[in-house]
Amino acid sequence: MGILINKDTRLLVQGITGAVGSFQTKQMQDFGTNVVAGVTPGKGGNTVNGVPVFDSVREAVDVEKSNASVIFVPPKFAADAIYEACDNGIELIVCITEGIPVHDMMRVCAYLENSQSMLLGPNGPGVTTPGESKIGIMPNPIHSPGNVGLVSRSGTLTYEIIDLLSKSGIGQSTSVGIGGDQIAGTSFIEILRLFEEDPKTSAVVMVGEIGGTAEQDAIEFIKQMSKPVIAYIVGVSAPAGKTMGHAGAIVSSGGGTAIEKIQAFESAGVTVGKSPVDIVRIVKNIV
Amino acid sequence: MMLYEYAAKEIFSRYGIPVPRSFLATDATDAGKIADKLGHVVLKAQVATGGRGKAGGILRAENKHDAQVNARQILGMSIKGLTVKKLLIEEYIKPEKEMYLGITIDRKARCPIIMASSEGGVDIEEVARTSPEKIKKMHIHPLTELHDYQAREIAIFLNKDGVTQIIDIIQKLYRVFTENDCTLAEINPLALTGNGFIALDAKMNIDDNAMFRQKFMEEEEDTPTATARKNGMSYVGLDGDIGCIVNGAGLAMATLDMIKYYGGEAANFMDVRAGANKEQIKVALRLVSSNIKVKSILINIFGGITKCDEVARGIIDSGVSIPIVIRLTGTNEEEGRRMLEEHDMILVSTSEEAAKEAVALGHSHK
Repeated sequence: MGILINKDTRLLVQGITGAVGSFQTKQMQDFGTNVVAGVTPGKGGNTVNGVPVFDSVREAVDVEKSNASVIFVPPKFAADAIYEACDNGIELIVCITEGIPVHDMMRVCAYLENSQSMLLGPNGPGVTTPGESKIGIMPNPIHSPGNVGLVSRSGTLTYEIIDLLSKSGIGQSTSVGIGGDQIAGTSFIEILRLFEEDPKTSAVVMVGEIGGTAEQDAIEFIKQMSKPVIAYIVGVSAPAGKTMGHAGAIVSSGGGTAIEKIQAFESAGVTVGKSPVDIVRIVKNIV
Repeated sequence: MMLYEYAAKEIFSRYGIPVPRSFLATDATDAGKIADKLGHVVLKAQVATGGRGKAGGILRAENKHDAQVNARQILGMSIKGLTVKKLLIEEYIKPEKEMYLGITIDRKARCPIIMASSEGGVDIEEVARTSPEKIKKMHIHPLTELHDYQAREIAIFLNKDGVTQIIDIIQKLYRVFTENDCTLAEINPLALTGNGFIALDAKMNIDDNAMFRQKFMEEEEDTPTATARKNGMSYVGLDGDIGCIVNGAGLAMATLDMIKYYGGEAANFMDVRAGANKEQIKVALRLVSSNIKVKSILINIFGGITKCDEVARGIIDSGVSIPIVIRLTGTNEEEGRRMLEEHDMILVSTSEEAAKEAVALGHSHK
């Protein structure tokens, strides 16, 4: 099981002919993902790693019945790519692109609210269910199948934690990146709800960071969950008013500091780890 | 990116939002000439940060002589680490009443939010904490945008007299906000005067991600942050003595936290992003080591798209003499580590070890 994706997921790669798109397509195929189509306007008729390329999402869906999409197109064109995927009924849209203007994303999210599509990202590493499928850019060798769900706003920090979990013999049900931007298509709560309903997941690691209140917003839901959630919040040493790499990682008004987030979790009875190693130690004691 | 007040006011003015008459000066002589023309003036330090008034960067002058004296005092001063090179000199306008009007992004609601308060000229965060009833907040749907009734409600809340002019200012500020990709467009204070309403201050933060379609006169700043940005990386200066170079913002923050946990203080945050090449690593090392406080450098790379051998080449070529602790894992790890071992670099295998080692190295070099 696991959440969001499985062996039946039929993936479409938007921006498949680019350097990153073609490289990552190969990586996903190696992982076992069923990549059925690619789209690059003007490059229809070609193939990339044996995957047929179409000029539009409409054709890719018509011919190859894609039901999920991953977006590797540049920031300037990314919002349009999301609209195109949404309008053609793609159920899961994973946007890897970093640097999409926040005004574009506000409009995209408002548009998606009345649709069948779910958006993961932007500016995230994607989603991986070991043994089933991978959409995105998480490195292949770090994963191992198991029962711990992981949801995070980061990329490489997520890899670090997955890697440590795997090396300690703790497998993952699904690892999900929701993205490091100010505006995310999917919130922590939505992913936590899926993990709560997933029979394979027995505990969840949640990795948050400074900026906004997305982590605190999830607390009420976590309290109702039957499964343990272990939280890790980075940015304890971050100064206010400075953007720490991720567009969303900035302490600008109330509730955004790491300390405030950690205190909110602890006072709600949620265990908070101090470092990736500490997280793995806590998880090991639980599962 | 935060715009200078004068640049924001130019934009306001272009959209028809009333602002005081003003001129820019870079020396005291010019400041005197401008004061001669405008009479009673306010001299305002042009730096892209808040807290200028508290730092003594905003002074009034009633005549040419005072304007020159005050200009000399402000020019060259440092406000939050930024040197004042320009002054905005504008006619002094005495407000009858000061209000607040701002538009920003509500991350949770994922839409723009207008905030208005009948108490302006003060820290709006402070008003929000102490007397939230004095602030009116209104969400704007990103697809249908600002409705007339919404602007009207805010205007009536702000001041029952002059509603028509306030509505006009709200609508224009909303256009400024959306058309310029702002993350913040703010008038604080919005002043009521004998001649109607006027924006005495102007603040605009522009979304860095939208720079490809926005053309602003970016001041050529020679700071590590600007150099990093030009090279596709992200740098934030901090107060400690351990230089940091990491791929990924989350891992970079985690690394900084670990340094703190082990009793050290990072000198900077630096995210070299995904897929950094040899040249970028060299630039990163040059930037980090140019800070004289730096006693040791920690490089933490988890290679996905980033290739460890490419990073190793950059480190070896950089010729930096400050001791470096390196943690390299992921894509092409073996090759990268082998190259670094040949050059007697300090290699560790986990983030935690790297933090511990960097703190220890920093201490031994004090």
